Amino acid sequence: MKFLVYIETDMGDVVASSWEALGAALSLSDDVEAIVIGDKISVVVEEAVERGAKKVYVVEDETRALFDLERSLADVQNALEMSGADAFLASHTSNGRDLAAALGVSSGAGVIADALELTLEDGALKGVRGVYSGNILVDVTVDGSPQIATLRPRAFAPAEKASEASADVVLMDPADVDSPYEVLEIQRAEKGEISLTEASIIVSGGRGVSKDPELGFDLIRELAGVLGAAVGASRAAVDAGFISYDHQVGQTGKVVRPDLYIACGISGAVQHLAGMGSSKIIVAINKDPEAPIFSVANYGIVGDLFDVVPAMTEAAREKLGK
Amino acid sequence: MRYLVCIKQTPDTAELPKISPEEAESGKLSVNLVVNPWDEHAIEGGLQLMENYGGTTGAVTVGDDGAVDALRSALAMGCKDATLVKHTDEIDAWGVAELLAAAVKHDGDVDVVLTGQMTVDGNSGTVPVALGRKLGWPVLTGVAKIVDLTEDSITVERVVGQTRLTVRTSTPVVLSVIKEIGEPRYPTFINIRKAARVKVPVLTAEDLGVEPPAPVVHVSNYRKPPARDAKVTLFEGTPKEAAAALIDALLEEKVL
Ligand SMILES: Cc1cc2nc3c(=O)[nH]c(=O)nc-3n(C[C@H](O)[C@H](O)[C@H](O)COP(=O)(O)OP(=O)(O)OC[C@H]3O[C@@H](n4cnc5c(N)ncnc54)[C@H](O)[C@@H]3O)c2cc1C
Repeated sequence: MKFLVYIETDMGDVVASSWEALGAALSLSDDVEAIVIGDKISVVVEEAVERGAKKVYVVEDETRALFDLERSLADVQNALEMSGADAFLASHTSNGRDLAAALGVSSGAGVIADALELTLEDGALKGVRGVYSGNILVDVTVDGSPQIATLRPRAFAPAEKASEASADVVLMDPADVDSPYEVLEIQRAEKGEISLTEASIIVSGGRGVSKDPELGFDLIRELAGVLGAAVGASRAAVDAGFISYDHQVGQTGKVVRPDLYIACGISGAVQHLAGMGSSKIIVAINKDPEAPIFSVANYGIVGDLFDVVPAMTEAAREKLGK
Repeated sequence: MRYLVCIKQTPDTAELPKISPEEAESGKLSVNLVVNPWDEHAIEGGLQLMENYGGTTGAVTVGDDGAVDALRSALAMGCKDATLVKHTDEIDAWGVAELLAAAVKHDGDVDVVLTGQMTVDGNSGTVPVALGRKLGWPVLTGVAKIVDLTEDSITVERVVGQTRLTVRTSTPVVLSVIKEIGEPRYPTFINIRKAARVKVPVLTAEDLGVEPPAPVVHVSNYRKPPARDAKVTLFEGTPKEAAAALIDALLEEKVL
């Protein structure tokens, strides 16, 4: 099966989970091509080659610096026509999801959305995904051409870099389409702020910080800083105004999948678990030994987070030599 | 102006863990059904548009007779009208989008269609874009704030990954919203009483003159995810001792 993998870029930078989509394709086939759309993307194109794409379609243009659904769709359709790929993969980011949906609906092809696993069976893609917010798993196959899947970030190993890689690079003209979207302003995350969905470690705070929310989240940020972690939160902490919504993990926030999730002063409501229940290792810091979070945690400390979190920061600093 | 909110009736999130694979496969759920939480934010967004820019906000859903309850919740929150598109044959996301698109056209001159970002049961988040494509309208996903609406354009703030974009596009438009659009308001007593008495119009695919496409997504082998190997190891002693032991354990696990 021949794959075309979408490598997402944003103002010239690659969206790292794209390499996981490339890795997934390479684990299923030798015949893997990639498409990179963006502006000032030579580094990304080079990396796509190093990571094993056999051919890389490149659309480099000022109008492509930011994702644009109309333009990306048209560029991908052009590349699919040239490549003749049977399958199209993207990471299930906001943009990857929207692109896959637009491609699928316009070609009458189904999408295996937010897949946790992907295999080939009888020459067709078969995905495993969660429904009912991860409480049920299902197998999914799709009709239509191309076969389309989007992959849950951090569920697949990224394609490795090889030193001797080489590939055809095909420079394509940007598709000649008008976009109805006009971007008036861009606000970026602060430098160094780690994306929750891409983070390998997350330290989260909940209502348990209530007695001094500002200090509580300062302590959590400090621990996160030492561990190189992203900062998360429960809805209760967000609704109380302790921290902004973009940090919310759970049912109506972000679904995350880190190697390590440290929940501080979070009870472990099902809606919170819906967002972080598939973390590899869960640590709970909670003063209530009966808190439900302990029933999903691998490790825990029963105690006041205002004492325990700074002690963890200190211990981590010492042991990690920071 | 006319605003139409597309909603879905989904399980109460507190009861999601109780759903068995058999129930999920048959679609006959024994749990309590409510308005999909993301769609409650879409209703809120629709009501704010009505308040800020005039016009009326309606709600529409695709489902069976029971889904009228979700529409009544939307009416109780303040929507002016509601429509059930009754459909019980198996359809996938593209089928839902086809029916919703037909309902939007049937409604007349809709300026803004609002949806939630995703559902808590299907989880794909692909319907909003599919709906926009079926209508041939622009789609803005991840909408956190409506900045301005004019006769022929809309300006919104979108959250895409870690970036916040202010984007303008033409109307009519499809928006999928996130929680930041606003906390869903509580239904008022009067609206609850009124909503209970409304006769909700029911339309079928035939009434709308469409035939939803046969599913192109095939789902099988419903099962519970493997249980977490969850035996918690607790560290005791002073905070300092416990924290040191915990960090050691995490180093041992190779997650630090
Ligand atoms: C439709 C819907 C969607 C939802 N979506 C989300 C979502 O996306 N994300 C989410 O998180 N929730 C969500 N919720 C809310 C969820 O049900 C819980 O209300 C919420 O997760 C509770 O947050 P919490 O654990 O911080 O607060 P609580 O449940 O109040 O827990 C606080 C915990 O802190 C502990 N504690 C208190 N003080 C200290 C201290 N000094 N040191 C250590 N521990 C302390 C307490 O023992 C307690 O366990 C949703 C609910 C609904 C109905």
